[in-house]
Amino acid sequence: MTMATIPSFFETPAPAGLTGIRAWLLTHDHKRLGLMYLWAVLFWFAVAMIIGLLIRIELMTMGRTIMSAGVYNSAFTLHGVIMIFLFVIPGIPAIFGNFFLPIQLGTDDVFFPRLNLFSWYLYILGGVLAIVSLFTAGGFPDTGWTFYVPFSIGTKHNVPLTVFAAFVLGMSSMLTGLNFITTVHRKRAPDMGWMQIPLFTWSLYATAWVQLLATPVISITLLLVIAERLLNIGLFDPARGGDPILYQHLFWMYSHPAVYVMILPGMGVVSEIIPTFSRKAIFGYKAIVFSSMGIAIAGSLVWAHHMYTSGMSDTAIFVFSLLTFLVAIPTAVKVFSWVSTLYKASIDMSPPLLYALVFIYLFSVGGLTGLVLGAAGTNIHVHDTHFVVAHFHFTMFGGTGFAFFAALHYWWPKMFGLMYNFRRAYIAATLATVGFLFHYVPMFVLGLMGMPRRYYDYLPQFAHGNGLAAVGAILLVAGIVLMFVNLLLSFRSRVPAPANPWGGCTLEWTVPSPPPLHNFPLQPSIQEYPYDFTEILRKAPRS
Amino acid sequence: MFRTIRHRDGSAMTGGCDQIGGRIGMWLFLYTEIILFGGLFVLYAAYFHEYPRAFAEYGKELDRVIGAVNTVLLLVSSFTVAASLTALRQGMRRLCLGLLAVSFCCGTIFLVNKYFEWGHKFAMGLYPSSPALAGAPPGKNIFFGLYYVITGLHGLHVLIGMTLLAISFVLVQRRRATADRYAILENSGLYWHLVDLIWIFVFPLFYLIL
Repeated sequence: MTMATIPSFFETPAPAGLTGIRAWLLTHDHKRLGLMYLWAVLFWFAVAMIIGLLIRIELMTMGRTIMSAGVYNSAFTLHGVIMIFLFVIPGIPAIFGNFFLPIQLGTDDVFFPRLNLFSWYLYILGGVLAIVSLFTAGGFPDTGWTFYVPFSIGTKHNVPLTVFAAFVLGMSSMLTGLNFITTVHRKRAPDMGWMQIPLFTWSLYATAWVQLLATPVISITLLLVIAERLLNIGLFDPARGGDPILYQHLFWMYSHPAVYVMILPGMGVVSEIIPTFSRKAIFGYKAIVFSSMGIAIAGSLVWAHHMYTSGMSDTAIFVFSLLTFLVAIPTAVKVFSWVSTLYKASIDMSPPLLYALVFIYLFSVGGLTGLVLGAAGTNIHVHDTHFVVAHFHFTMFGGTGFAFFAALHYWWPKMFGLMYNFRRAYIAATLATVGFLFHYVPMFVLGLMGMPRRYYDYLPQFAHGNGLAAVGAILLVAGIVLMFVNLLLSFRSRVPAPANPWGGCTLEWTVPSPPPLHNFPLQPSIQEYPYDFTEILRKAPRS
Repeated sequence: MFRTIRHRDGSAMTGGCDQIGGRIGMWLFLYTEIILFGGLFVLYAAYFHEYPRAFAEYGKELDRVIGAVNTVLLLVSSFTVAASLTALRQGMRRLCLGLLAVSFCCGTIFLVNKYFEWGHKFAMGLYPSSPALAGAPPGKNIFFGLYYVITGLHGLHVLIGMTLLAISFVLVQRRRATADRYAILENSGLYWHLVDLIWIFVFPLFYLIL
C-alpha cells in the first residue's frame, strides 16, 4: 500500500465499527478529538467575541448606549469567563495539542485515549453548566471572571453554578495536561531523544506541568466559594475572622500561572512557523526549550503582582516585583530567537507566517507593558485601569489569539487536507491587525489618563478614546469573521492540500493530509535535529 | 488499536498495557490531589498565624480518642490494601478479597466515627453559620470552619477511595483483575494511600499540636 492510498482518519473510525455520529462521540482517536475540540472552542470563541463587541459598543458613547449597567456587568463577566476558561486555556493545547502532539512525537495516539475522550466531555459539560447558570437561580453572574470575595459571596446572581462550571473545565484541562506529560515520557518514538522533540510539543509539555501544578489550587478556591455560598462558613468574611485577601492569593496562585498556560502553547506554535517559512534551523533551539521551562517555573512564583494595592508588606511587593521582572528574561530569549531565525533567512511569505509576525509584534508590546505593571511604583498609578485591560489583551489576544489563528492557518491543510484562499487570508489578517491596534492602543492612553476598567460610564475626557476603540473593535471583528469565512470556504472549493504544503520538517509533514488513523504507516525515522532543512531544500524546485 | 509498540526500555507491549506509563499518570493525578489539599493547608497556616491562641484553645475541644482511633484505622487499612495487591500478584485471590474487605470495613468505621464526632459538635451548636459560632470570637469561627472544610473534603475522599476499593473488589472477584493485570487494584490502592497520607497531616494539625 503506498502512502497516498491509505484511508485518512476521517474514513477510519476508532474504535473500529462505530458509524455516523457515534464514530465521533465515542472516538478514542486523538485527531478526531482535536477536531471536536476545534468546533466546540470556536463556538465559544464566537459567543465571547460577540459579547466583547457588545461591551465595546456600549462604551462607544457616554451613558447608556445599548444595555443597562446590570447587563453590562454580566457581559464583561461572561466575556472573561468564556474567553479564559473555554477559549484561551483549552484552545491551542486541546485542539492542536491533541491533534499534533502524538504526530510530532512519532506515535499513534496519546497515552490515555479514553481519558482524552473523558476530558472532552468534561469540557462540554463545563460549557453546558455555564449556559445553565445563566438562566437559573439569580441569573447571569456579575462578579467579573475573578469571582472576588466578598462580592461573589454576597451577590444575588447565580455564582455557584458558574464557579462549578469553571471547576469542571479546570478538571478537563488538568487531565489533558496529565495525558500529555505521560505521552511525552512514554510514547515518544523510540529513537527520539529529549533534544529532538519539536518545540511545539516542548511548549505543550511545559504547559502541562503548569496545568498540573496550578489548576488544583483554583479547584479548591472555587470549591471554597461554593462552600461559602451554601454553608456560609465565613472563611473570607472579615466580620467573622476571615481574610478576603487570602482569597486573592489563592486565586492568583493559579490564575497567574494560568496566563503561561495560555501563552506557552502560542509561543510553541510560533516556534514551529518561523523556521518553516525561513527555511532555516531555528535560532537557539535549546534556549527556547529551557526558556519554556523557565517561564513555567518563574511564572509560578509571581502571582501576588496582581495585588500590589490589596494590602501586602513592602518586602513582599519588592520580591514579587523582582520575580515578575525575571519572567521577562526567558520571554525575551524567545522573541530574540524568533527574530534571529528570520535574519538572513530565505523567507517565504504565507498567511501563517503573517499571523506569526503579528503575534511577535503584538506580544512584545503586551510583554513590555507588563513590565510597567510589574513595577511596584507605576502599578499603583495604572492598577485596575484600562491600561491593564489593554495589556492583557495584547498578550492574550494579540499573543495567544493570533498564535491560535496562525496555528489554524498553518495546520488547516494538514487537518482537513484542504487549502484555503491566500488573498482573503492576507486581507483578513491585515484587517484584524489594524482593527486590533485601533481597539487596544487607545485603551493604554485611557488607562494612563485614569479611566478605570469594568466601569459602565465615564467622564467626557474619555469619550474620544472609547469611540476610537469601538471603531477598532468593529474592524477587528470584521477581520476575524472574514478569516473564518475564508477557512470555511475551503470546504466548498475543495482544493486538496499536499502532504507538505509549507516545506516543514517536523513529523506531521511526513504523513498524508489528512493523516491516516495510526498516523504513521511505517515507523517514522527521527531527524538528528528537528529543524534540519537540508532535505527539504535539496528537494525544492529552485536552489 | 492494539498493534505492538516498542517502548523506551526496549520491551515490546501491546497498546494501553504500558504499566510504567499508567503509574506515571496515576502519580501525577495524586500530585494534583495533594495540591488541592495544599490550598487548604495554606489557609490553615495563614489563620494559625493570625489566631494562634484560639487555635490552641479550640483544638483541645476536639476528641483525640476518636481522632487517634481513626488514624489507626486508616494506617491498618493502608497496610491491608498494600497486602491485597501483593496477594493478588502472587495468585492468592481469596486472601486478596479478604484484605480488601477489611480495608473497606476500616473506611466504613472511619466514617461512622466521623459521623459521631461531627454529630457531637453539632449537638454543641458548633457547625458552619450556627448561632453559637456567629457570636463567637473570630478565631473560633475560623478554626471550626477550617475543621469542617478540611475534614469534610477528606471524608469525601474517603468515600471516593472506598468506591474505588469496592470496584476493585468486584473486578478481582469476577477475575477481571488478575495476577497479570492488576492496574486497577494498584491505582485504587495508591489512591487509598493518598487518603491516608492526607489524614496523617490533618490529624496532628487539628488534634495534636495545638
